[in-house]
This record gives sequence, structure tokens and C-alpha cells, in this order.
Amino acid sequence: MLEQHLAVLPILLPLMAAPIVLILGRNALSWGLAILVSGLACFVAWQLLAATLSDGVIRYAVGGWAPPWGIEMRIDTANAFVLLAVTAISTFVLLYSKESIKKEMDESQHGLFYTAYLLCLAGLSGILITGDAFNLFVFLEISSLATYTLVSLARDRRCLTATFRYLVMGTIGATFILIGVGMLYMKTGTLNMLDLAERIHAYDSSRTINTGLAFIMVGVSIKLALFPLHAWLPAAYTHAPSAVTAFLASTATKVAVYVMIRFIFTVFGAEHVFEDMSMDWILMVLAIVAIFKCSYMATVQSNVKTVLAYSSVAQIGYMVLGISLVSATGLMASLIHIFNHALMKGALFMAVGAVFYRMGSVDIKAFRGLGRLMPWTMAAFTLAGLSIIGVPLTVGFVSKWYLVTAALEQNHWVVAGLVLAGSLLAVVYIGRVLEAAYFQQPDEGQADVKEVPLTMLIPMWLLVLANVYFGVDTSLTSEAAKHASDLLFQNSDAISALMDSLHGPTAQAVSETSGLTGEVLQ
Amino acid sequence: MNHVLDYYNYWIVVFLMMSGFYIVISANNLVKKIVGLNIFQTSVFMLYISMGKVSGGTAPIVVEGVTQYSNPLPHVLILTAIVVGVATTAVGLSLIVRIKRAYGTVEENEFENKDDAI
Repeated sequence: MLEQHLAVLPILLPLMAAPIVLILGRNALSWGLAILVSGLACFVAWQLLAATLSDGVIRYAVGGWAPPWGIEMRIDTANAFVLLAVTAISTFVLLYSKESIKKEMDESQHGLFYTAYLLCLAGLSGILITGDAFNLFVFLEISSLATYTLVSLARDRRCLTATFRYLVMGTIGATFILIGVGMLYMKTGTLNMLDLAERIHAYDSSRTINTGLAFIMVGVSIKLALFPLHAWLPAAYTHAPSAVTAFLASTATKVAVYVMIRFIFTVFGAEHVFEDMSMDWILMVLAIVAIFKCSYMATVQSNVKTVLAYSSVAQIGYMVLGISLVSATGLMASLIHIFNHALMKGALFMAVGAVFYRMGSVDIKAFRGLGRLMPWTMAAFTLAGLSIIGVPLTVGFVSKWYLVTAALEQNHWVVAGLVLAGSLLAVVYIGRVLEAAYFQQPDEGQADVKEVPLTMLIPMWLLVLANVYFGVDTSLTSEAAKHASDLLFQNSDAISALMDSLHGPTAQAVSETSGLTGEVLQ
Repeated sequence: MNHVLDYYNYWIVVFLMMSGFYIVISANNLVKKIVGLNIFQTSVFMLYISMGKVSGGTAPIVVEGVTQYSNPLPHVLILTAIVVGVATTAVGLSLIVRIKRAYGTVEENEFENKDDAI
């Protein structure tokens, strides 16, 4: 009986556990329950990915209302793959958070932390699973509101102004998505993504739909911190508690990238977005500027958390670059990088959090001589840092490999060169930290700095080992990403084929059926 | 001229949307920023409500002799969006309370450290 409801469990479990965690009140109990729930969600995500790989798309009608009238949960390989990454990272970060938040949050707020954390997880899972455009907006806001709370929990007062800026930008982004979805509904009279896709192609050159596309793309770009709209991200990531940063950096923006992929390939269709609207050039230019501008910004910061935050914006550039190459390989590179970047950024932010735990600061000066004082933490930082750079045998190399292959496939030689040049900047900003840690002497009076507790080291090292494991054995990631990107491309091919057959009298028929619900105010 | 009169509700939406957006960007006081954000969101609610209206249609309740109804779905959707808007406002205002406690001001230009300004 439970099996048929498997599709909604990753949303329901954390959503129902969140208030229970708040009522429990005992921090150790809350922690245990949160880990249990997140681990179960991860297990379910694993089952779902296996099911989508073998049997194809899983559809679930919420409340038994048949789509397109009811809300449909729709899981294919693309969202199952990202869901697995999100729930796995969430479980690791929860393991890590118990010790970490002791230093960075007041004792009384720990229960609140786990509650907001689970709500955020529920929202993120919801965004990934849902097949309904309006429902996506609601889950986006559930996760965002929980995120604002999480960021503002730090003791440092600067987290408050950072959160406020994030709240204003995030709300504008979400409202833009709401306007865009409204435009689509106005024209087509439906909110189900597949239904939308079919009807949008009947109105190929409608100004309402193109305006909707513009609003949605800008809104999603704010949420995923694409280059000129990334202003909220560095401050929020720097001042949030370390565990929160590790969670957000590896999940929240990745889920927004998934939303962009979903809207481009499933709802609007790649052909319309890229060929008719030339969105590929806009995205490609912004992505490349993001890679260079933000990698450069990362090299000149003194706070290591800010360094990694700027590096995140640059890495999002790589993901968007993969989308903008308009090929199955490019999309596959983006999806793999979503997964891989979650692994490396999670590990890096955990290592930085561990440094804060012992040193009380994450300034680059605090890293001096830590190679000897905290060997395990710094070794983890080094390996994850090598992964960001893209050294072979790490996941970073796998991502870059597919991205460069995709660029060369399309004869974008310059782009391939720029991707490699961007890695050099990563060598600089990771190298600065390593230089301080391994080649400088620790300050006086720090000789008694010890390694962090095992509950922090173990999840950190599990992620580092995952970095290496998936860098060597790419069968799972590349198979899932390839399956997903083929499916997304097939999807948009099928729609454009449908569009060709719809031109003429059938387009009329579609507009008549949709007249029932939408397009009423003439 | 018809263009203006026939679509007057959409012009109101556009006007409110831009005013709200401008207030969010330009206001110096954080509370005013939240007010601007609210105006911005409210304009979107009105956009949805306008699109559900069928000229000549009544409220979607089955009554004898009535054949034409307005579309209730956008109205229901916007109930959800209003709840989201209220929650955002609540979070924003409670943040302002904490900013006031921590910094002693809610005016952007009165923050001592430039980096803390919003």
C-alpha cells in the first residue's frame, strides 16, 4: 500500500516531521528524528531513481484527482537524480550539524533549526517532484521562507541584513515566476506542465506566452543566482551558520537550475526557447561572464566562506553553460555537474565550518598552519578543492570532461577553452587557502588546536570519498544523467513534432477546449 | 483610447506593479521596502483575479437560470498566493525587529559599516 504512495513520501515525511521536531523540544531527540526522516527520504529517492531507470516515468495524482485538473506528481530520471543528490546531502549535513550549530547558534534555537531545515527539505523535494507549474511556485516559497529563517539563525548580526536582502530578492524572483505562470494560464487555461507544453505549441508566436517565458526565466535566474542577479548569494552564504551554508550551497541553487531545465525543455520546448527566442546566446554569455567575474572575485576575498560563495556563483555558470549549448551532451553535463557540485561544495563548506568550530573565524589568516593542527579537516578541504579545480580522479574532472566534450561537439572551440581557463582561476582561489594551511606557520598560542569531533569529520569524509568514488566509477551518475537528458530532449522533440502536426485546423480545436477555463477576458 | 479603457484593470496592475517595484528598490527605510514588496505582490493578485472574470458571468455557484459563470480557479490559486505573501511579510517584519535590536536603526543609510547596508 505504501509503495503506490512512494512518489509523495519525500515531501510528506519531512513536512509531517517538522512540527513534531518543534514539539519534541529536546535537541538530541529532534536531531535523531530529523536524520531518520531525511535518511528515509534519501532511501525513497534511491528507490524512485531505480524505478524510473527501469520502468520510466512515475505519475501520481494527488488526492486521486486525475490530471490535468488535479495536481500531478511526475517523476522521471531527471528529477529523481537531483532528488537523490538533495536528500543525500541533507542527511550528511544533518549528521554534521549537531556539533557545528552548538558553536554558531543559541541552544534554545536548535529545535527551530531542525524544524526549518525539514520544511526547507520538504519544499525542495516538492519543487523537484511536482508536475504542476503553480504547485512549483508554492513549494518554491515554502523552501525559500524556511531558508530565510535558517540563514538568520546565526549569532553574527550581519546575517540579519544578509537575510533581509535575500528575502527581498527571493520574493521578487518568486513573484516573477508567479506572473509568468499567470501569463501561461491566461493563454492556455492549464497549469499541468505536460498539458501546458502541448498547448503552448499551438500558440507558437503569442506575445503573452513569450512575456511569460521572460518573467519565468528572470525569476528563476534570481533564484539560481545567475550572474547579474547573484547579489544576494555571497552575503547570505557568508553570514549563515556553516551547516546551513553547506546545505543551501549544495541543494537550493541546484534545485533552481533544475527548475530552469524543466521550464526550458519540458514546458516551453528547447526549439522555441533557443531558436525562436535566441535564449541560448543570452545564457551562454551570462554563464561565461559568471565563470570569470565570480572566480576572479573569489580570488580577492579574505573570508574563505565568501571565497566559496563566489565560487558557487561561478559553478552555477558552468551548469547554465551546459544548458546553453543546446545538445543532449550539454544538458547531461549540466545534470552531472548539479550532482557533482553538491558533493564538492558540501564537503568544502563542511571543512570551513570545522575550521570555524575550532578557530572561531573563517578568515584566511585563521587557516595558517592548520595543515598540521587539523590534518583530517584540511585533507578533506584539499581533496574537495582539487575536485572544484577539476583534477582527474575527482568528480570535478567528470563534469568538466562532459562540458568540454559538449562544447567541442557544437564546434564552440572558444567556449571549451574558456571552461579550461576558468579552472585556472579555481587553482588560484583554492591554492591561496592551501598555501596558508600548509606553508605558513600557525600563530602563537594556537598549538593546542585539536581536530574536530568525529560526528563532524565522518560526514565530511563520506562526501570527500563520494567525490573520489564518483570520479572513478561514473557508471551511476553518467547513466542517470544521460537517461535524463535524452528523455528531456526527446520530450521537446516530440512536442515540436506535435506542433508541426497541430499547425492549421487542430490549433483551433485546442484553443476551443482551453476556452473553457482560460483566455476569457477579451 | 479603447485600448486603455477596455483593459483598465490591467493598466492598474501595471501601475501598481511598477510602483511597488520602485519602492522596493529606492526606499531607504526597511519597513517601506516591505510595503513596496506587498504592493508588488498585490498587483499580481489583481492580475490573476482579472483573468478569471468572464464578462457577464456571475460567481460560480449553481443557481437556476444562470448559465455563465466566472472562472473560479485563478481566485482559488490567489488564495494560496495571498497566504504566501502574508508569510513573507511576517518573516520580513520579524527580521526588521531583530535588525532594529542589533543595529539600533532600520534606515539603510544609518548602518555604520557599509558592508552591512542592504
